[in-house]
Amino acid sequence: MSPTISILHARLHDPSADAERVTDIHLSEGKIVAIGDTPAGFSAAQQIDAAGHYLISGIIDLNTRLREPGQEQKGTIISETTAAARGGVTTVICPPDTDPVIDTPAVAELIRRRAKQSAQARVLSVGALTRGLAGEQLTEMAALKSSGCIAVSNARRPVRNNLILKRALEYAATWQIPVFVNPLDHALNNSGCAHDGRVANRLGLPGIPCSAETVAVATMLELAQESGAHIHFQKISTARAVEMLHEAQIKGIHVTADVAAHQLHLTEMDVDGFDSNCHLLPPLRTLADRNALRQGVAEGVISAICSGHEPHEADAKLAPFPATEPGISALETLLPLTLRLVDEKLIDLPRAIALLTSGPAEIAELDSGRVTVGADADLCLIDLDREWQFAAENMLSAGHNTPFDGWEFKGYVTHTFFEGRMTWSE
Amino acid sequence: MSAVNLQLDENNKLRHFLSIEGLNRDLLLRILDSSESFINITDRSVKKVPALRGKVIANLFFENSTRTRTTFELAAKRLSADVLNLNISTSATSKGETLLDTLRNLEAMDVDMFVMRHGDSGAAHFLASHANPGVSIINAGDGQHSHPTQAMLDMYTIRRVKGDFTPLRVAIVGDILHSRVARSQIMALNTLGVSEVRVIAPRTLIPSYARESLGVHVYHDMDQGIRDVDVIIMLRLQKERMSGALLPSEHEYFQCYGLTEERLQLAAADVTVMHPGPINRGVEMATAVADGNHSVILQQVTYGIAVRMAILSMAMQPSSAGREV
Repeated sequence: MSPTISILHARLHDPSADAERVTDIHLSEGKIVAIGDTPAGFSAAQQIDAAGHYLISGIIDLNTRLREPGQEQKGTIISETTAAARGGVTTVICPPDTDPVIDTPAVAELIRRRAKQSAQARVLSVGALTRGLAGEQLTEMAALKSSGCIAVSNARRPVRNNLILKRALEYAATWQIPVFVNPLDHALNNSGCAHDGRVANRLGLPGIPCSAETVAVATMLELAQESGAHIHFQKISTARAVEMLHEAQIKGIHVTADVAAHQLHLTEMDVDGFDSNCHLLPPLRTLADRNALRQGVAEGVISAICSGHEPHEADAKLAPFPATEPGISALETLLPLTLRLVDEKLIDLPRAIALLTSGPAEIAELDSGRVTVGADADLCLIDLDREWQFAAENMLSAGHNTPFDGWEFKGYVTHTFFEGRMTWSE
Repeated sequence: MSAVNLQLDENNKLRHFLSIEGLNRDLLLRILDSSESFINITDRSVKKVPALRGKVIANLFFENSTRTRTTFELAAKRLSADVLNLNISTSATSKGETLLDTLRNLEAMDVDMFVMRHGDSGAAHFLASHANPGVSIINAGDGQHSHPTQAMLDMYTIRRVKGDFTPLRVAIVGDILHSRVARSQIMALNTLGVSEVRVIAPRTLIPSYARESLGVHVYHDMDQGIRDVDVIIMLRLQKERMSGALLPSEHEYFQCYGLTEERLQLAAADVTVMHPGPINRGVEMATAVADGNHSVILQQVTYGIAVRMAILSMAMQPSSAGREV
């Protein structure tokens, strides 16, 4: 049972008035029971003076690999949700490419139970679109949905047959389950490991052309229209994809998109010197792509920023660049990298927070992501003015694979609450 | 960890030899000058100097190679170093040992220098960034990235034949996309200040941003591309390019890009023809051209030993002080 807590004098953004106010929040039994005056009969076991601190709904991360079950050498539900709490993240949404794959209610249930016992954040699963992610047979999507899967996806594995893909989308639409798509044409990807651009050309790294993403986006957009499914594109990386999604949204096709926070700050130039921490999928692309992604975030084509969290053991990154495993341990940099966009005047603070909370909640069709009475007490307190230096060696994630070691950030998570329980305080 | 910092010590002396990128013109000229002094040794009855006596050089070849490995071995032996040849493709990695473990084990045996060929771009940089102080890494080819000793022996050959780099127009013909040799040659030629570097190939074999990333002029028409050039470097065509749909056939490749005596007429009258070897006769070039009087292909091999002697002796660290055991 979570204790009763009062958070006093916090700065809170009220979306209905589009204004900020200073107020108190009262938590009991895992819920927000009041905002403002202390309700009658409420006695707080703990009071937190949050004067000067900004209170937001806990961050919802649409793309977190916890590595459990199957790859516990890279991370566990405990280690990665502890990192999530430190990053202000209270809900993590996990792709189905665990081992075993989340393609039956039993696996979804296994993860749900383990998370219930130990997790420092809400763990939600994305079920597999096809059995074993093999791209051949449909999963029991109705059952997956009943067992708590909030979407279905084939993660990074291909569905090579477009007829099967179309039927999978139609079947998902039948049960009104969103389909999360990592747009990638596997033939065009051609075992590339970096953006097919100037840097990869010079370094002799096998390139991944933009068309590996945009051909897949085009196919999915056509099938989205015919199937009626809600397609959500994850971690888009190209300017052209932003443009195509914008056109589709104008036409009224139900498509949404997110971008990984690092894609808004790094480019192909960061791969120079063969930095294996910049071996990512999709790859870091050009400055023009990065700027288009930023524009997409500012204009709303992209409605969520995710971490794309993929922790690795040290050995996975200790090899020649093409032989290393792609991915970044990103839960602990998601918020600071997003706040940096506010500092850089790309977006305002409420928009930045929406991209991490209400935006992903809408995509995943969750009834959360807002600070309201009666909602789960998933909250995060931020000292917006605090400047700090990020250090990979101090990360709580089991994976220390980050290209942001030594970066200076502004805005620090001082407390995180998950279901009314304090899961992080410094 | 930029290439520059890795390759040079605080006195701008060579510490590792990983890629041409990051090395300036003076250093490249110093390598060529030093090679010149080693050329003479080849002509002596005792082809050996004591420069690296007591040093241990390990040849780590993760990819098969006869010519490069042999010339490195000869170069090391002529410098009086002890040479270990490790054919890794049939030993350690097949037992699951990582590249880093291989390095650590050999360092523990007091190896002073590693000459490595590896299938992954960036492998030499990786090794250099983890090597103990006092241990040098020489890149004998990494993936599609770099093959700097080949480029330097080509530069040596060009200087020997042509003298001055600055007026030269050089055409490189063939699979630029997958070629570490081409990347290194292009960077060396541009650093040494040639007048123009051209690359000639169908679009399937040219990197998407060749002009911007490598600083070359791109030609798809062989006859246009070799017009008036002073040096033609033909690249070896790998047979597997046909299966990847990059080319239709060897026959069509030779028709469109093969170097024949007729085509050679389009180049400068004193054109020099080069090839890093081994040649596919009748695929890249006609036999008459390969063996003709413009060809310096066998000189390249001979010079390769002297150039590698120069690089090995320049990159060898004076002592193994500070090495962890």
